[in-house]
Amino acid sequence: MITYTLKRLGLAALVAVTVSIVSFMLIRLSGDPAIALAGENATSEQIDFIRKQYGFDRPLVVQYLEWGRRAMRGDFGESPYFNQPVTRIIGDRIGVTMKLGLMSLIFAVAVSIPMGVLASIRPNTWIDRVALTISVMGQAMPSFWFGLIMIIVLGVWLRLLPISGTDSFAHFIMPTIALGYYGIPAFMRLTRSGMLEVLSSDHIRTARAKGLRWGKVLFKHALRNAIIPVVALAAVQLGFMLGGSIVIESVFALHGIGYLAWESIGRRDLPVVQAIVLLLSMIFVALTLISDIINAFLDPRIRVK
Amino acid sequence: MNPVLEVKGLYVDLPLPAGMLHAVRNVSFQVNRGETVSLVGESGCGKSMTALAVMNLLPRKGVRTAEVLSFEGRDLLKIDDSGMADIRGNKMSMIFQEPMTSLDPCYTIGNQLEEAMRQHRKVPKAKARDRAVFLLEKVGITAAQSRLKQYPHQLSGGLRQRVMIAMGLMCGPSLIIADEPTTALDVTIQTQILGLLASLQQEFEMGLILITHDLGVVSRTADRLAVMYCGEVVETGTTQEVFDNPVHPYTRGLMACIPVPGKTQPGEKLGSIPGMVPTPIGALTGCSFRNRCSGALPDCAMTETRLIEISPGRAYRCLLSPEACAAEWSRSRHG
Amino acid sequence: MATSSPIARSLDAGLGETVVFPSPGQIIRRRMRRHKGLIIGGVIVVVTFLVAIFAPVLAPHDPYAQNLSQRMIPPIWHEKGTWNHPLGTDNLGRDYLSRVVYGCRVSLIIGFSIMLIALTIGTTLGVLAGYFGGKMDMLVSFIVTVRLALPPVLVALAVVVLIGGSMTVVIVALGFLIWARAAVVMRASTQQIRSQDYVAAAQAAGCSTIRILLTEILPNLADNLVVVATLEIGRAILLEAALSFLGMGVQPPTPSWGLMISEGKDFMFFQPYLITIPGTALFLLVLGMNLLGDGIRDVTVPEGRA
Repeated sequence: MITYTLKRLGLAALVAVTVSIVSFMLIRLSGDPAIALAGENATSEQIDFIRKQYGFDRPLVVQYLEWGRRAMRGDFGESPYFNQPVTRIIGDRIGVTMKLGLMSLIFAVAVSIPMGVLASIRPNTWIDRVALTISVMGQAMPSFWFGLIMIIVLGVWLRLLPISGTDSFAHFIMPTIALGYYGIPAFMRLTRSGMLEVLSSDHIRTARAKGLRWGKVLFKHALRNAIIPVVALAAVQLGFMLGGSIVIESVFALHGIGYLAWESIGRRDLPVVQAIVLLLSMIFVALTLISDIINAFLDPRIRVK
Repeated sequence: MNPVLEVKGLYVDLPLPAGMLHAVRNVSFQVNRGETVSLVGESGCGKSMTALAVMNLLPRKGVRTAEVLSFEGRDLLKIDDSGMADIRGNKMSMIFQEPMTSLDPCYTIGNQLEEAMRQHRKVPKAKARDRAVFLLEKVGITAAQSRLKQYPHQLSGGLRQRVMIAMGLMCGPSLIIADEPTTALDVTIQTQILGLLASLQQEFEMGLILITHDLGVVSRTADRLAVMYCGEVVETGTTQEVFDNPVHPYTRGLMACIPVPGKTQPGEKLGSIPGMVPTPIGALTGCSFRNRCSGALPDCAMTETRLIEISPGRAYRCLLSPEACAAEWSRSRHG
Repeated sequence: MATSSPIARSLDAGLGETVVFPSPGQIIRRRMRRHKGLIIGGVIVVVTFLVAIFAPVLAPHDPYAQNLSQRMIPPIWHEKGTWNHPLGTDNLGRDYLSRVVYGCRVSLIIGFSIMLIALTIGTTLGVLAGYFGGKMDMLVSFIVTVRLALPPVLVALAVVVLIGGSMTVVIVALGFLIWARAAVVMRASTQQIRSQDYVAAAQAAGCSTIRILLTEILPNLADNLVVVATLEIGRAILLEAALSFLGMGVQPPTPSWGLMISEGKDFMFFQPYLITIPGTALFLLVLGMNLLGDGIRDVTVPEGRA
């Protein structure tokens, strides 16, 4: 178990470094950062001055190493727009995004696992078909549109929920649904297929032959086995949701790092953008690592050698 | 003596895309206390389905009907699910063929053993654990205490099967159904497991239904047997009777196909049965065995066969008389 | 040795009625006819295609033509609607029906182009990983993990803004970002095909690797490829819509449905049709693609279905 974790850690570190290189290069190479910083009406002297000042004239590798070194110390530079350290700007806003991400995940899981279990017990009946229909519809809807429709219907017409801001829990309900529903199909299908497979397995037959009631068979034996890949997926899905929060945050005007990223991109505020991309990637790498560890932990076949 | 299990006129049907599969057709047998009855036949002959029908563990689409299906005097046809679940694992246990996959990989052996008991008896955990240890030792597993904490994947196939047997015994059943319990195991382990079952049966005075395709196993352990072919019982009797004097052409064919300890002479040529087992789908007419039977008559295609009783407990299913069967048999073998 | 009598041989082989088992092709065709999702999806996709192709004929007006005196006319199901503009007009007086119709082109072109790029990259990587295994597999898995760690919308946004928004940039940026799923699926399929006997036979016969890849592996991937392709088109369309909605995708005045939603959202409280119409169009097209993809998968590889 220990060696397994260490190996995964090593791999994660390697991925993290590669991601940082890729994101750095992508952003640097997409356009001249000096021009971006200087603005549209800058003269060429101003641009050259900025280039020298920020060190954009040095070789890319050197720039990367410099940036990387500072990043490891937690110094992501200063935002030219806010004139504050990037870390503080991000720190102020990351709470909102994390809250949104976690709530969306819980919502998605809370809806899809029961549906998946029900669908697997009665495959090809109306329950199954309803679940599959919801799943198919959910995957086809653009999340931002869904968010807007909810704002109109629930926020304006029915006046049930507040439509922007982050003051209360109620403010998070619509964004949570808008961000979370997209994950429902994946979880539901995985739960359903996992349960179908487990329910036809020999050890379920044994459980029934022992005289166990259906409730116990389902939850103690079937779900416990089927849930393993779902939990692993949950960690990864959280990563996707955090990455996808940018759209939802802008629709609902939530001041999280997704919204910040969008604004910063528009403002050519590169230090912030680079830091956010790196941060989200690191979170994702950490989540995949956690997912592997959870997987190994839940499955005795991997855990106990 | 009252039989532990009485089955009469059992039918099991399974709807398939290609038509209705008549997996079990008019099967009757009974099992008494302390007695081993064997259901013998090739794969696909319906013996496993029969067992599942008795336990009411058929696949969802399967339909069972029977004239009589009674266990210790209780009518199993009238019991509801909850009542049946009370009997399973408690008074009637089943052991399956594949020990490698029959245990839940996520829970310890101890957990699964104790679960079998605590489902049916309100006993504290410690008591269930003691019983588990007791039975593990009975089935020949050493270091039973530490085994309880192990997971199934840490045990070999033979050990897992012993655990399955112990699990079946946790509540002291009156009947154990063993579906090919040794098929997936090494030959050396087979003997051990069979011997174990036999001794346990003696000790606990249980009825045992042994389902197998291996006549050698039957000859060693069964008191009575029922030969099944294509969903039907084609011959019944005590092991002695059937082995000494098989009547039905299929039984004769089976006996001739493999060396049977005590019967086959050294140097004797083994036989084979030509043709393949048909699948009992759709409307069926006449004798199921006629396409592979050397003594088949035109009548065999049309007339419904019945089990004809030669003496109490001894029956066979064929239009010909036993003497005619015997005559046809020696003619085909030596003629 | 028992011999079979002449009478036994002449009897019928089965026991009762003859049972007929259909051929694989017949099975697939029968499934296709019965699969409602496949039919619905197929119809939607075909209709969208036709609309896109015949856009100039079907659109009553020029989608770019502004007419400020005709701003914000609601669709015909409102009292103030007119048949001149069946789906109304937007805030610049452009006919919505025409914009929706031409939007089909935008979505389909972008969706297909992105899918082509993503599938080429993904299939190449996936097949290489699945066929050669070992170090190649580890390398590809590593690349996929790195790609998955990067948030695609963010990166696409950044690239688009820094280079400048246009259809081409959006297509290339997204195409080079969303190949991961294709790679994973193709890898699994290739592994499965590779373990088949006919590949071993080809190897034993001395066929070159390229030949095996082209003649044995790729044709057998076709089923999965089609399924992944349709599902990825749907995803690509949604991604482009999201980018355009955020203002960093296709640029105005191009009639992209995502852009139309973005332009309409400022007025959506009073004229919800401005966003419901293009949103519904998006939803229907992606739904059609997904139904089609799922349907093809159900019909060709039923065990692969959840």
